[in-house]
Amino acid sequence: MGWLKRVIDHDISYSFTRSWVIMLAAFVTLFIIITSVFAPWVTIHDPFNPSSLNLMDAFTPPIWVEGGKWTYPLGTDDQGRDILSTIMFGNRISLLVGFLSVLLAMLIGVTLGTVSGYIGGWLDSLIMRLADAQLTVPPILIALLVNGVARASLMQELQESLAIYVLVFSIGIAAWPQYARVTRSGAMVERNKEYIAAAKVIGVHPGLIMVRHIVPNVMGPTMVLATIGVPLAIIIEATLSFLGVGVPPTTPSLGTLIRIGNEFLFSGEWWITIFPALALVVLVLSVNLIGDWLRDTFNPKLR
Amino acid sequence: MANATPKPPASPPLLRVQELSKYFVLSVPWLSRVFGRLSPPILRAVDGVSFEIQRGQTFALVGESGCGKSTVARVIVGLYHPTAGDIYFQGKSLEDPSVKASPESHTRMQMIFQDPYASLDPRWRVRDIIAEPIRAFHLARNRAEMGERVSELLLQVGLSASDGEKYPHEFSGGQRQRISIARALSSNPDFLVCDEPTSALDVSVQAQILNLMKELQRRLGLTYLFISHNLAVVNHISDHVGVMYLGRLCEVAPKRTLFNQPQHPYTRLLLDTIPDLDLSGRRRQPVTGEVPNPIEPPSGCAFHPRCPSVGDRCRAEKPLPKPSKDSIVACHAVEECRL
Amino acid sequence: MTALLEVDRLRIEFPTRRGILVAVDDVSFSIEEGEVLGVVGESGAGKSVTGAAVIGLLEPPGRIGRGDIRFEGRQLNGLPQEAMRRIRGAKIGAIFQDPLTSLNPIYSIGRQLTETLTTHTDLSSSQARSRAIDLLNEVGIPAAERRVDSYPHEFSGGMRQRVVIALAICVNPRLIIADEPTTALDVSIQAQIIGLLKNLCHEHRTAIMLITHDMGVIAEMSDRVAVMYAGRIAEIGPLREVVKSPKHPYTVGLMDSIPKVGQEKDQLSHIRGAMPRLQEIPPGCPFHPRCPEAFDRCQVERPDMMDTGHPRQAASCWKYARTASHG
Repeated sequence: MGWLKRVIDHDISYSFTRSWVIMLAAFVTLFIIITSVFAPWVTIHDPFNPSSLNLMDAFTPPIWVEGGKWTYPLGTDDQGRDILSTIMFGNRISLLVGFLSVLLAMLIGVTLGTVSGYIGGWLDSLIMRLADAQLTVPPILIALLVNGVARASLMQELQESLAIYVLVFSIGIAAWPQYARVTRSGAMVERNKEYIAAAKVIGVHPGLIMVRHIVPNVMGPTMVLATIGVPLAIIIEATLSFLGVGVPPTTPSLGTLIRIGNEFLFSGEWWITIFPALALVVLVLSVNLIGDWLRDTFNPKLR
Repeated sequence: MANATPKPPASPPLLRVQELSKYFVLSVPWLSRVFGRLSPPILRAVDGVSFEIQRGQTFALVGESGCGKSTVARVIVGLYHPTAGDIYFQGKSLEDPSVKASPESHTRMQMIFQDPYASLDPRWRVRDIIAEPIRAFHLARNRAEMGERVSELLLQVGLSASDGEKYPHEFSGGQRQRISIARALSSNPDFLVCDEPTSALDVSVQAQILNLMKELQRRLGLTYLFISHNLAVVNHISDHVGVMYLGRLCEVAPKRTLFNQPQHPYTRLLLDTIPDLDLSGRRRQPVTGEVPNPIEPPSGCAFHPRCPSVGDRCRAEKPLPKPSKDSIVACHAVEECRL
Repeated sequence: MTALLEVDRLRIEFPTRRGILVAVDDVSFSIEEGEVLGVVGESGAGKSVTGAAVIGLLEPPGRIGRGDIRFEGRQLNGLPQEAMRRIRGAKIGAIFQDPLTSLNPIYSIGRQLTETLTTHTDLSSSQARSRAIDLLNEVGIPAAERRVDSYPHEFSGGMRQRVVIALAICVNPRLIIADEPTTALDVSIQAQIIGLLKNLCHEHRTAIMLITHDMGVIAEMSDRVAVMYAGRIAEIGPLREVVKSPKHPYTVGLMDSIPKVGQEKDQLSHIRGAMPRLQEIPPGCPFHPRCPEAFDRCQVERPDMMDTGHPRQAASCWKYARTASHG
């Protein structure tokens, strides 16, 4: 268990325990992740399985309002779906899309950034101009564009089953430039260092040098960017789903839920939209706080 | 090319460098090039350098910043391509396609760098760092053999076998240089290029590393090209010395000859700057001027603006290296016996 | 007569969450007017930190734990920032290692000089400017009238360091702290800068605290030398004595390990091991694990500075406990 002791003793763990806000944020995030992973077992019913729904329970208000029931702590929607359960299932989609799209963006961005920074020359100029061009357009628009094009080119039947992958793809494409830039500056610094020259003298292939030497040494800032990128990706996905061009209605995310509930906002059933919206805020805020803390922790000048 | 020593060597030199040049074309903004008709300036980092190193000896290249000694090292080892000239290693030219195809020359020649903090990958364990050449050249049949070799190397450089599990940041500067040396030795090289290996180390640590290098040379029959700006260190470790200034060799001589009977005015200037730790109060010739910008070197002999023995020919004509007593000197004043 | 600078039992600490690290422990020395004291030691010995404390530029969390720094009889540590700033500009000057970062890149050197002059003296702007040109001439900048309006990046390294020296001496400070002033320069330029500093300080009767790891520079410039090891002074004395007949075993080992031209040794003598890190300083004398002459007392008791029998030369070594009383 020596490694555990080293983790606990480490400066990062120390700074972690110094801030109750961060500890709270981490706890909340962990809680959300766990409940969403175990959602099928934790919820009272599967809200997207029509046979488990009871239409008689539709429009039940939250527990503390008159007319609420214990079985539906946050109330139900127009179809009798338990809001709490829909949130937990919605979290799954949001988290899945959030993490996967960031993973894709990192894959593309780190590869292109490393190649760009290490090799330089016209390849570097090409990749950076591509990134610059893309950065002039807001990520949401890019995601919207890619999404639209992908859907138009897919056949109708496939659209639903592939919708999540299309979504991940479009958000990933929208986000790669920043990872590329950060990785590129790191690569440009590392390539002049003498351990790289040593590897060249040995005759190691440039591709191997990039993978084995450069990438591990430039991943630091990228990881921090990723933790801040996940909540951003979740927001983009929520936006797209809210607009109706995100996930299919059979697997709704938080964005879809907000959209569905929107219709009932002014007819008095406020809980159908407010609670998913609150859940989104809490999720994004917690992950964002952790990302901020990570960035400050890894900044050597502040330590 | 004439030999530096009066009697011919018994065997061919391990390394022979002939009229080696390396020019860098500096980048100029594209618009300036097209509209301003500005041609990109050329940095003549190394300009026609020739010397030989015999097997088992240490050849030191000394000079100040901008003289090109580090560039020479990097060209020899293959990090840069020479602009002109030839490098013969074990009799064969390094530009020869058969040599280029085989990795043999790489295993025979390795390099040690100046900065102990930047020359080891901070994310790799020490054993992987040392084993990198072994892996690259497939010198071990299996992991066990590789592990044994790494342990052997660690002991050879004065560290312990268990140090292989650690990361570079757990070691001091001197220890890191030892790790660098172990890495360089792992492919059983004949020839080590050492680029200021002790310049970043404290004096007492420097002494340890220099002692280690000498001992390894004796035990393994190594040949060193030792780059340095510190003449006292060079005096301790080298057999032959080459003095460089702005990309050219001023003087090449056996160590004792260079330090006792320096001929080139720049060599004399350099020797004058060696600190007087005996406090003998010896008189120094006042030094004037600075090393000029290597992009716009002076005409003729690069040293002429600072030379106390400057003549007319010096301003116009670049001096060629000529044998003079025990040394090879590139100086008009020496040639004309004005000194 | 009181010395210009008196450092008395100075202790500099860095509180970390793992405890307090002592970078400088019980260090005492003095500098007379017009004297050059060389403070030599390997990296981590605490010499730069001492210089920073004297000039009031100790970076937090570093702090002075104990001891006094007295300049012209007046206590410096504990002075409010404003008063320290005035002394720092007018009476104590500083020269650091890297001339590139010592000068502000966006102002011309003339402006930096005149600003310093007008802030700390009653010269008018035009008077300050002509004084600036005089100073540039004095430090050996050719064509000073033209170059006074140039920017730092237009100068070479050696020239920049000359400008930094001009900035340091422009208000006639009584003391200059020079931290590795020649380390980043070529050897031929080093000799020039050392010569320049020596002349200037002779003429203006300025004292210098010369901090460096380079024994050669010390030998060229200093009147007295203090050798630091692991935060303490191992030996202090006149240059000639410390260099030619060192008393502390560390100094002996250090001088022996420096390669000298004309010496034909196959192996350089060296001190085995390495200087301990701040967290690992052993009890007793910090040098004892590496010392060829250590005995029992060295492992247990920390030695104070003691008279070695030689005038004005003291060493913190138990070898000299019998010769005289504590110095």
